[in-house]
Amino acid sequence: MTAQEARVEQVWAWLGEVPDPEIPVISVVDLGIVRDVRFDGDACVVTITPTYSGCPAMGVIADAVQEALHVHGIEQVRLETRFAPAWTTDWMSESGKAALTGYGIAPPVQQAIDISGLHAGIRRRAAPAVSCPHCNSVHTQLTSEFGSTPCKALYKCLECREPFDYFKCH
Amino acid sequence: MDAKFDYLLRLGDNALILSQQLCQLCGKGPALEEDMALSNVALDLLGQTRMWLSYAGEIEGRGRDEDRLAFLRDAHDYRNCILVEQPNGSYADTLMRQFLFDSWHYFLMDGLTRSSDERIRDIAAKSLKEITYHLRRSGDLVVRLGDGSDISHARMQAALNELWMYSGEAFIYDDVDHAMVAQGIAPPSEALRQQFLAHVAEVLQEATLAMPSLDAWMQRGGKQGRHSERLGYILAEMQFLQRAYPGAAW
Repeated sequence: MTAQEARVEQVWAWLGEVPDPEIPVISVVDLGIVRDVRFDGDACVVTITPTYSGCPAMGVIADAVQEALHVHGIEQVRLETRFAPAWTTDWMSESGKAALTGYGIAPPVQQAIDISGLHAGIRRRAAPAVSCPHCNSVHTQLTSEFGSTPCKALYKCLECREPFDYFKCH
Repeated sequence: MDAKFDYLLRLGDNALILSQQLCQLCGKGPALEEDMALSNVALDLLGQTRMWLSYAGEIEGRGRDEDRLAFLRDAHDYRNCILVEQPNGSYADTLMRQFLFDSWHYFLMDGLTRSSDERIRDIAAKSLKEITYHLRRSGDLVVRLGDGSDISHARMQAALNELWMYSGEAFIYDDVDHAMVAQGIAPPSEALRQQFLAHVAEVLQEATLAMPSLDAWMQRGGKQGRHSERLGYILAEMQFLQRAYPGAAW
């Protein structure tokens, strides 16, 4: 590993400590929105792909990334936004998904299918079986297509009767 | 005016005005779930607005960013279709407006993912994922309320009959649209309209609602800046702060 590669590796590790502001148990790296880290001279360039176009957390995330790298002594940090390919929950790490469950949010249950050209996503089909993050039962029901943030839907467990958030496949 | 700039304004303004209208229902939705859904859809549309208007500002090249384009243009410079400035009305009106909008928006965005313009392609691909979800939700609710009680059925049918004349403007292409089609930037009208009509017909049939006439006369003018009186009121509220306190920021 060259010194440069080691530097980049180190930055990834630091970013792995930056929590998502809405769901603090997962990091921005777990969430899959950090797409690239590189150095341009002394400046560290971090490429971020936003989750939802209107996600109000993006500004906070950008500030948190800058702050984390400043704390570790990197003075020049440049953030770049990349729209394509669009963010998908398929980029979420397995450890991130496990952390979501532990936090009471059911993680995305399937691969976000490529809908281009198929138009399969525009009619409501049988909802995927989502396990309750509290009691593990698959006996659950969709309450609301949208939850507390754009990335989540509301479910309720018919077994333990607890409501819970479900991180939608996207 | 540059045709691409005008076309990008249309994309941005449609999303912006509908977002603003939906925001007015925040805290007033007929049920908590609907309240959250409307606000989330509004948020997605606002995010899409920023991407379109930022690009529009760059294409125009006169230093206007997304905020200046949103807050400092008057009604006659807005390029949204008249559909999105129709009143929120009852929930049937809000929902039917959303369903007609989402149906068109989805197929347009799908077409734009094959645009010859890379930036438009990227924005469309990102937006399409969100719009897919919007359309699934609004279509699902149209079915549930259309095929619901006698009262909900009657209200949905009345809303559809009232709003139908605003559903065709997007497919009536003018010089700007034709220039975009010629450059491979936008999809042609007729194919888009057929996709829209097929989807709307399928959902309405399941909702036991009668499809209005395909030959109905359609309202037009919004894309060229000729709007209903309502847009002025919408902008008055949306732009007040920046008009009264220019440059004010958080």
